[in-house]
Amino acid sequence: MSQSELTMSTGHEVLMESSPYGMEKKKLGMWIFIVSDACTFATFLFGYGYMRVGSQNWGTPFEFSSILNGIIMTFVLLSSSLSMLAAVRATQAGQKASANKWLGLTMLLGTVFAILHLREWFKMIGEGWRLFYNPLGGAAQFGACFFSVTGLHLTHVISGVIALAFIARGYNQGRYDSSHVETAGLYWHFVDLVWMFVFPLMYLMNAAR
Amino acid sequence: MHDMTAHAAAHHAPPQGFIRKYVFSVDHKVIGIQYTALGLVSAFIGMALSWAMRIHLAWPTASIPFLGTLSPNGAPGGVPTPEYYLSLMTMHGTIMAFFLLTAAPMAGFGNFMLPIHVGAADMAFPRLNMASFWVTFVGFVLACATFFIPDGPPLSGWTAYAPLSAVGAVAGPGQGWGQNLWGLSIALFCVASLLGALNFIVTTIDLRTKGMTLSRLPLATWAWFINAWVSLLAFAVLLPTCLLLVLDRLGGTSFFIPGGLVINDKMLPHSGGSPLLFQHLFWFFGHPEVYIIILPAFGIVAHVMPTFTRKPLVGGWKVITYAMAAIGGLSFVVWGHHMFVSGMSPYMAMVFSVPTLIITIPSVIAVLVFAFSLYGANMRFTTPMLFCLGFISLFISGGIGGFFLAQPAVDSYLHATSFVVGHFHFTMGLSAVFAAFAGFYYWFPKMWGRMMNETLGKIHFWLSFVLVYCVFMTLHLMGLTGSVRRYSQFVADFMVPLTPTNRFITIAALLLGATQFIFFYNVIWSRFKGPKAADNPWQATTLEWDTTSPPPFDNFGGRQMTVYHGPMEYDGDAFVMQTSTEKSIAGT
Repeated sequence: MSQSELTMSTGHEVLMESSPYGMEKKKLGMWIFIVSDACTFATFLFGYGYMRVGSQNWGTPFEFSSILNGIIMTFVLLSSSLSMLAAVRATQAGQKASANKWLGLTMLLGTVFAILHLREWFKMIGEGWRLFYNPLGGAAQFGACFFSVTGLHLTHVISGVIALAFIARGYNQGRYDSSHVETAGLYWHFVDLVWMFVFPLMYLMNAAR
Repeated sequence: MHDMTAHAAAHHAPPQGFIRKYVFSVDHKVIGIQYTALGLVSAFIGMALSWAMRIHLAWPTASIPFLGTLSPNGAPGGVPTPEYYLSLMTMHGTIMAFFLLTAAPMAGFGNFMLPIHVGAADMAFPRLNMASFWVTFVGFVLACATFFIPDGPPLSGWTAYAPLSAVGAVAGPGQGWGQNLWGLSIALFCVASLLGALNFIVTTIDLRTKGMTLSRLPLATWAWFINAWVSLLAFAVLLPTCLLLVLDRLGGTSFFIPGGLVINDKMLPHSGGSPLLFQHLFWFFGHPEVYIIILPAFGIVAHVMPTFTRKPLVGGWKVITYAMAAIGGLSFVVWGHHMFVSGMSPYMAMVFSVPTLIITIPSVIAVLVFAFSLYGANMRFTTPMLFCLGFISLFISGGIGGFFLAQPAVDSYLHATSFVVGHFHFTMGLSAVFAAFAGFYYWFPKMWGRMMNETLGKIHFWLSFVLVYCVFMTLHLMGLTGSVRRYSQFVADFMVPLTPTNRFITIAALLLGATQFIFFYNVIWSRFKGPKAADNPWQATTLEWDTTSPPPFDNFGGRQMTVYHGPMEYDGDAFVMQTSTEKSIAGT
């Protein structure tokens, strides 16, 4: 159906101007949120860049094991985007069982990513890294930048998994439809895309050399 | 493919019960009034703080009523210490800039009017809308709470410059928990503004009724829409800036604190941070912020003026809208002009000076559109119209000061003097307040169903107008003599001859404040005793005048609104409503 046939919240039929992007409101709202959230991540990354460029003794501490862990995390997160896509397709085709399978896989992969990431965090904390302390003697800002940038991303992943759980439950109870799953998918892909900036900037640029 | 039931979920029936109706209401009209009321309360608190500052500046030993009770440490015997003076200034700036100027013209009037302007029954996300007001409210309470904690409010200004704001309690009274609460309050304000901006954008794009094309949008709605985009991008940067500041303060990081800092004989355990990074991040938000304040003012004036000049604006909807969009876009590339003397590379000052001068072009175009539109008008000198004229005057006067400040060489002399104080009070302070007054007098009949008293309104305007010039034009002159802002007393030799001038400003400021009580009285009296307002008392054309005063819960009482004309169909006493099927008389 076209946008102009949508009903408005008065409970009676109202004809409306068509949306310039042919997009219903919650999907448009998610896009707007993504624009804003991208600015927030950009600010953190800008701060990291400023600290790094302004520092005279920036350390590059990540050994191969950390990079490998990062590569596995990247693979897991990228795969979850693919399974999210499959989940959206399945809900659009009305295949409930298949949709549940793919949504479950997406949440599982998100959880695996979070666990791998937290393992990395705890390993670093065990080695003495703090927000204000660098055990290798380089710039203290490394810990501040690493934990705040990846922490913000990790918060997004964990909230995403929780949101997906709610969406999946609502979908199974018939309260939500494919458009809700698609909107949640937009968020999920965005978080994935942010990681594609965080991984090279935070890990690859800080590989031990 | 969209499911009808998905939209049915957004439906809401008129609520029952006091709390759902007036407190935790999802109705955009109630939320708009809540924001407007919050703005009025903020205006009163901010104004009272400025009186305390002004009295102290003019009579440094005078005891200020209530201040000694409010803070026995900060103002022993009612005489503020230099530190407490800075606290008063910080909270005056914070409360005025965020909770009055940012919230009222955009979230107050915008929430009430934008859905009606586009012919919708409510905002796109009513519950999000309610959340944004209550988050703002909690932020406001936290900001006010700083007065009641032992150390008092922070003293780092509304800009919270690091390292002063970042190093913690060692930096002075209020820099402990006062600054923490401030950071939390502003972070919440950011979240609320982001939710509000999202709602405004989606409502304007997706909920326009049949025939309400973008070229037929009322200009106030255009301004709110453009402004929502600016807010969306700017507050998304202030939010992480607040988080980084809080990390520096509570997490021990050194984003904004340089190494080797010794404060009160204490060596701080920080190293490697940059105060300039804070200024860059803050002003990347801060400069768009002043346009976030002034764009709704432009919109309100552009909306109100044609009603009383009885003719369309010069250049139709396009020139003013394009000018506002250009201002919104350019506002993101001029932030360095706040940092000419910050220690930033002088070459960068050059780089930022150029776009700063370029942004004056759309600003001048917008103001000239207003000024030229007066030519050949059958003017109706109502109170809202007078406030529009006052806005034009104040914005031009303040804007001319901007040309001086935009030049790095001249700014090096004027920076941090009261010339700057006069400049920004004219441009983003009083201009926006005058536009908000125009909007308030204009929309009051629609919001409460009663007319305001015109005589009191006109007295309010003329006294305010003259006294505003007495206060802030004089501050420009003080600045030229080298009078430094943020000094709590002017006891240095070269400042002493300025004491009579200082007293003149203080007396004018107190009278200006007293004048506002005429307005408060008018609001209260008109709310209960004013004559009943007709549906369209101003003979205006836009959709809010096409429904009852005040509008019913669903705005149009179940009617299907279809729009055939632009918002400026005026020709003398003749006018064509937007929903009218009559022939256009102004060709818009």
